[in-house]
Amino acid sequence: MTFEITVDGRPVPARPGQTIGAALHAAGIRAWRTTRVGGRPRGLFCGIGICFDCLISVNGGPVERACLAEARPGDEVTTS
Amino acid sequence: MTVYDLAVVGGGPAGVAGALTAAQRGLRVVLVDSGVRPGGQYFRHRDVPDEPATKGFERFARQVRALEDRADVMTRRQVWAVTREDDGFTVHCLGGAAVRSRRLLIATGAHDRPLPFPGWDLPGVLTAGGAQALLKGHGVVAGRRVVVAGTGPFLLPVAAGLAAAGAEVPGVYEANGGLGLARHPLLALDKAGEAAGYLAALARRRVPYRTRHAVVAAHGDRELEAVTVARLDRDWNVLSARRVPCDTLATGYGFVPQLDLGVQLGCATRPDADGTPVLSVDAAQRTTVPGVWAAGEPTGVGGRHLAEIEGRVAGLSIAAARGTAPATRAAGVPDVLLRRRTRMRAFAAALLAAYPVKDGWRGWLRDDTVVCRCEEVPLAGIREARELGATDARSAKLLSRAGMGWCQGRVCAYPVACLAGGGQAAPRRPIAQPVTLADLAELTLEEPHD
Repeated sequence: MTFEITVDGRPVPARPGQTIGAALHAAGIRAWRTTRVGGRPRGLFCGIGICFDCLISVNGGPVERACLAEARPGDEVTTS
Repeated sequence: MTVYDLAVVGGGPAGVAGALTAAQRGLRVVLVDSGVRPGGQYFRHRDVPDEPATKGFERFARQVRALEDRADVMTRRQVWAVTREDDGFTVHCLGGAAVRSRRLLIATGAHDRPLPFPGWDLPGVLTAGGAQALLKGHGVVAGRRVVVAGTGPFLLPVAAGLAAAGAEVPGVYEANGGLGLARHPLLALDKAGEAAGYLAALARRRVPYRTRHAVVAAHGDRELEAVTVARLDRDWNVLSARRVPCDTLATGYGFVPQLDLGVQLGCATRPDADGTPVLSVDAAQRTTVPGVWAAGEPTGVGGRHLAEIEGRVAGLSIAAARGTAPATRAAGVPDVLLRRRTRMRAFAAALLAAYPVKDGWRGWLRDDTVVCRCEEVPLAGIREARELGATDARSAKLLSRAGMGWCQGRVCAYPVACLAGGGQAAPRRPIAQPVTLADLAELTLEEPHD
């Protein structure tokens, strides 16, 4: 039922249909980005694609919102 | 390229009802939605059989199945712009897809309206809608110990859902006077009963529901560890405060309708009962731009029942308008539907009046409290902009950079406008989603063919 993705090299379980943001939050990873100016930790906030706090990169692609990106088996997620 | 009779943007209750109504009357319809499946923010449904269904979901699911038989339903498509053509519109989606249509129905819904307070950008602080999306959309309980705070009836299903899913909910804190609605003549409508049902569910689980209380600060090193809960006076000034340990906060102070596409096309806006800008529509749900209709939250926040009725009225009006310029104000729409819409709008207005945002929240902020999360602009930055002469959100933005980041002010436009001292202005975003240069190039290439 569950499959695995990696986040900065660390394995994280995900379920079909889950977003990467939901999988991270469920795994107890709630902060995965720091802000440019203050280095403040950020993770999910709005959860529905509005706030852009949860930015990630999947398989080396451009930054996208973790709360909208559907997790797929083997996805390699990198954070900043 | 196929030119549809109608393109609907948004697959929530309003969009699906509008698309289905028009398709049933013989129009060639396409519905475009950003989600994995239709449903919008209200009907978030996973393919899990043992999940208790959201109220009204079966009915919505039947509508979606009927729609899929009669129309093209495009999911996972984020619309970033709609452009006008000689004979209609082009709806541009991220990744290069585009659809052409003669008419457009904007049914883009709404998102949470959070208020800033010290620590609100700590991980673990979520919007109420975000916590609900995690639970209903992904089966993830937002935290082990979750405080729910804000204003409005939406806090109740969020708290009840979290408690039922096994989260410990130390309290639900409603900043307004609570069930002021219980004394309202519109009590007869079933929503007040729904609220009473949630309150009973919370009481069964011994979850305290406190009115005139709010979370005024969040604490933690790198993640949320506790919140300050304050007792408020009627203007939301802090009377007394205490610390409540928790790992998660779900917070929201009403909703912001998503107007970007309507504003792009030049549709007129009006202030809703609480000053929130919404798209102006006539009795037939037509905006001020010919060929463009709107339904649901973009015309005024009113919930899923009103959204569905508005969608149906729009669908009927669009079908009646086919070929000729519409002669009457709401041609082809049964009176009973219009009467129901009037009743539900009165209820929505009563809710807005019962759950306002009071000015006292400004006193919860400190100089260093982040107001714009994207550009990390603190309260002091907004104040500086005011001292430099900014008297509205737009000039405050130019001077402080608040609202200029990734989210383009979707999160902070409301508090910034309040703090700058001007009224709420409709958003002016030439693009509704961050786009790549390839998307923009696509748009340029397409223009000559009209």
